[in-house]
Amino acid sequence: MKKTLDEFNIGEAGKIVSVSGEGRLRRRLFDMGVTPGAEVLLRKKAPLGDPLEVTIRGYELTLRKTEAACVTMEVEK
Amino acid sequence: MKKFALAGNPNCGKTTLFNALTGSTAYVGNWPGVTVDKREGTYKRCPEPVSVVDLPGIYSLSPYTPEEVISRNFILDERPDCVINIVDATNLERNLYLTTQLMEIDVPLVIALNMMDAVEKNGDAIDAKALEKKMGVPVVEISALKGKGIAELMDRAYRASEKARRGETVLRDSPLAHLIRDVTIALEGQKVSAPLFHAVKLSETDEIEVKMHPELVRMVEEFKATFSDDTFGTDFEAIVADARYRYISQNFSSVLTKKDAERGKLTKSDRIDRVLTHRIWGIPIFLVILFAVFHLTFSEDFLYLGAIFRLPSLEELGLMTADGEYINFGAQFAAVFYDGAVYSPGVMLTNLLSLALDSVSALAAGWLSSSPAWVSGFLVDGCLGGLFAVLGFLPQILLLFLFFSVLEDTGYMARVAFILDRIFRKFGLSGRAFMPMIMGFGCSLPAMINTRTLADEKERTATIRVIPFFSCGAKLPILTAIAGAIIYQLGAGNADVITYSMYLLGMATAIVTVILMRSTTMRGDVPPFIMELPAYHLPQFRGLMIHLWDKLKHFVKKAFTIILVSTILVWFLSHFNWAWGYLDDEQMNESILASVGMLLQPLFTPLGFGSQLTQYGWIFAVAAINGLIAKENVVSTFGTIAACLGFALMDGMDEGVAEAVSMMQATGITVPALIAFIAFNMTTIPCFAAVATAKAELPKGKFKWTLLFWLVTSYIVASMIYVIGSWWWTAFLYAAAFAVAIALIVLWNKRRPVSHKVNRGEEAE
Repeated sequence: MKKTLDEFNIGEAGKIVSVSGEGRLRRRLFDMGVTPGAEVLLRKKAPLGDPLEVTIRGYELTLRKTEAACVTMEVEK
Repeated sequence: MKKFALAGNPNCGKTTLFNALTGSTAYVGNWPGVTVDKREGTYKRCPEPVSVVDLPGIYSLSPYTPEEVISRNFILDERPDCVINIVDATNLERNLYLTTQLMEIDVPLVIALNMMDAVEKNGDAIDAKALEKKMGVPVVEISALKGKGIAELMDRAYRASEKARRGETVLRDSPLAHLIRDVTIALEGQKVSAPLFHAVKLSETDEIEVKMHPELVRMVEEFKATFSDDTFGTDFEAIVADARYRYISQNFSSVLTKKDAERGKLTKSDRIDRVLTHRIWGIPIFLVILFAVFHLTFSEDFLYLGAIFRLPSLEELGLMTADGEYINFGAQFAAVFYDGAVYSPGVMLTNLLSLALDSVSALAAGWLSSSPAWVSGFLVDGCLGGLFAVLGFLPQILLLFLFFSVLEDTGYMARVAFILDRIFRKFGLSGRAFMPMIMGFGCSLPAMINTRTLADEKERTATIRVIPFFSCGAKLPILTAIAGAIIYQLGAGNADVITYSMYLLGMATAIVTVILMRSTTMRGDVPPFIMELPAYHLPQFRGLMIHLWDKLKHFVKKAFTIILVSTILVWFLSHFNWAWGYLDDEQMNESILASVGMLLQPLFTPLGFGSQLTQYGWIFAVAAINGLIAKENVVSTFGTIAACLGFALMDGMDEGVAEAVSMMQATGITVPALIAFIAFNMTTIPCFAAVATAKAELPKGKFKWTLLFWLVTSYIVASMIYVIGSWWWTAFLYAAAFAVAIALIVLWNKRRPVSHKVNRGEEAE
C-alpha cells in the first residue's frame, strides 16, 4: 500500500518510493538520506502534532508534515 | 605552510578535533551547525607547522545553506593540501554520503573515523582496514574528545598531502557513468580543476555549476533526451543521490557489524527522549525547565522559601538597624545570601560581587577625600560607578549562559526546536529561532550570536531584530523602578502586574513585528525545518568551562573599553558647561548634557515625556539617550539627578522607586507617559554592546535598516501607549489605521506573489 510519509502513524515503517517537492527542498531531503529505497520508521510526532521525528539510515531526523508530504512511501506489512 | 581543511557533517566532532589539534578554545555544542564560519589554527607536531581550517559542518557539497557554500568554495578555490573528512562512526551511512562527494575532488583526502569509542561501547564494530581498502583513501580511527589517534591521523594526512590525488567517483556503475565521463573529458579540455567533481554536479544541473559552465548544459540536455530510467525517469539529481546511497549501503554493510540488529530496541537516549518530548508532558516539562533556569539566576526568593515559611528579615533578626545599617561585617556578609528569603545562586553571586565592588569604591572615595571635588567625582562616580554598574551583571549573565550551554550541549535544545516549531511557524519562523529569543531575556549579546544556528538568512535577520524586545536583565531595573513609582502615584495597584505586562508587551511587539516583516520586506516561504536530532549525551565539563571563560574575558574586555569610555563621556558632559567650566552636581541643569537633552526634548512630546514636562523634563530625554550606552544608565541617571535635586527620599521604598517618584514630582509626568517611557526604552535601539553585536551578526546591508526599525517601532509603540492612555477614544483611530495598513499589505501581497528565485536575501527593503 502506498501513502505519503505525513499520513503515517507512530510506529509505522516503510520504504521510500519517490521524493517530490521544490528543487532546493528536495535536494536537502536527498542530502539527509531521504532517497528512494531508504527505510523509514515514524518515531513520534511533536506535542502539537507537527513536526515529525523519523529514524532513517540509523539516525533521527525531524521534518514538518508539509515536507513529509513530498515523500511517497510503500508501507511495510 | 601546508594547509589542511577539516570537513564533515554538522555535529560530527569537527570542532572538538580542531580544538585538540590547535589547542584552541572554539565553542562546541550539541546542536547541528554550531560552527558557522571557517576558523584557522596551527598544528605544530608535523615535520613542519600545518595550518588547520575548521569548515562549517555540511551534509553535502550542494549549496543549500550559506555554510555549505563556504565549505564548498574553500575546498575548490583555496585548494587545501589535504582534506580531513571527519566521519561520525555512529552514523556511518549518512556521513559517508559527503565522503563520496569529497572523493570526486582532485585533492588528497584522509578519513578520520571519529567517535569509535561510542561505537565500541554499543558493542558494534567497524572494520577500518576494510573501509580503507574500499574507499581507496587512508582511514584512521580517532577519538577527538579523548585525543586518541590524532598523531597518527596528522601523520597520515601529512604523507597524503605529499602527492596529488585524482578524483574518484562511486558513480562508475550508475546509469549516468557515460554522461559523467563525457562531461569530465570536455572540462579537462577546458583545463578546469577538479573536472570530475564539476562534471557530476553539472549532470545534476546544480545551480552554481550551471552558471559556471552554461555551454556544457546542452550536453546534459542531449543525454537526457535519449535517457530513460524505470524508477526515476530523467531526474538526474535523484539518480545521483540514490546511486551514492546505494553504493554506500551495498559496500559498507559488511564493514559495520551491529551487535543488536533488532530495530526498536530503546537506548538510554531514547528513554530520555521519550519523557522530554512526551506528547502531553513535553511542553509542561519544557516550561518548568525554563522557569527553573530563570529562577536559579534571578529569583530573590529561592524556591519561595521566604514566602512559604515567613522567614524573618535581617532587621527582625537584629542584624540590621532600622536605618539600614548592618551591625557588623558578618551581618553584611550574611545579607549577600539572605534577607527574609534565601536568594537564588545567581543573586548570591551578584551580591557577593557587589559587596567587593562597593568596598573598592568606598576605598577609592576614602583615598580621594582630600582631593578636589571634581577629581573624586570623576574617578568614583564617572569611572568606577559606571563600570561597576555593568560589571555587577556579570554573574547572572554567566550563569544564564552556563545553563543554556548545558541544555544545548546535552542535545535538549534541538528537541525544544522540535517541540515549538509548530508555534513558531505561525509567525513565519522555524522552531530553531526559539533559543536565541529566550536567551534575550538574559542578555541580547549571546542571544544575537546564537542566531548563527539559523540556516535561513531572512529568519536570522528577523530574529536579531526582535531579540531586544525580549526585555533583558539590564532593563529590569527600569521596569521595577517606574512600576513602583506608578503604584505610589495611583495609591493602589500591584507593581508586579505592571512589570509582568510590560514583559508581555515586549513579546507581543516581537510577534507583531515579525509577522509584519515577513509579510512586507522579508517575504518568502517559511524556512523549511529539516533537522538532525543528535543523541543526548552528558555535557563536557571542560568544554563548558572553556566556553564560560571565553565569555568572561569578552565581557570584561568590553566593560573596560567601550563602557568605561562612554561613562567617562557622560560624566564630563553632565559636569561641564559649554564654556568648559566645571559644574557641581546641583548645577547640572546648565551642563552640555542638559542643553542637548532640551534640544531633543520636543522629539519625545508625542510619547508624553517631551515638551509638556516642566523644568527638569530634559531628564527623561537624557535618561533614554544614556540608555543607548547601557540600559542600566536609565535608572542611574534618575538616581544622580534626584540626589542633586535634593528630594528627600522616602523610607521604606526600594532603591530606584524613590528616585522615580521624585522624578515624577519634579517634572509632572503623567502615568501613561511613564508607561510609554518604559515601553520606549524596552523596544528602542538596545545598548551599545548589543548594537555592535547586531552589526557583526546581521547580513550585509541590513544594519542601518535595523537601527531604523528599532527607532520606528519604539516610537510607534510608545506614542500609542501615551495617546491611548491619555485619550481612550483614540484607540479607535489606531485600530482603524491598523486595519487599513493590514488591508493594504494583504492587497499588495496578493498582486505581487513571492518569487522563489530571490531566496538569497538580496531583496530591497
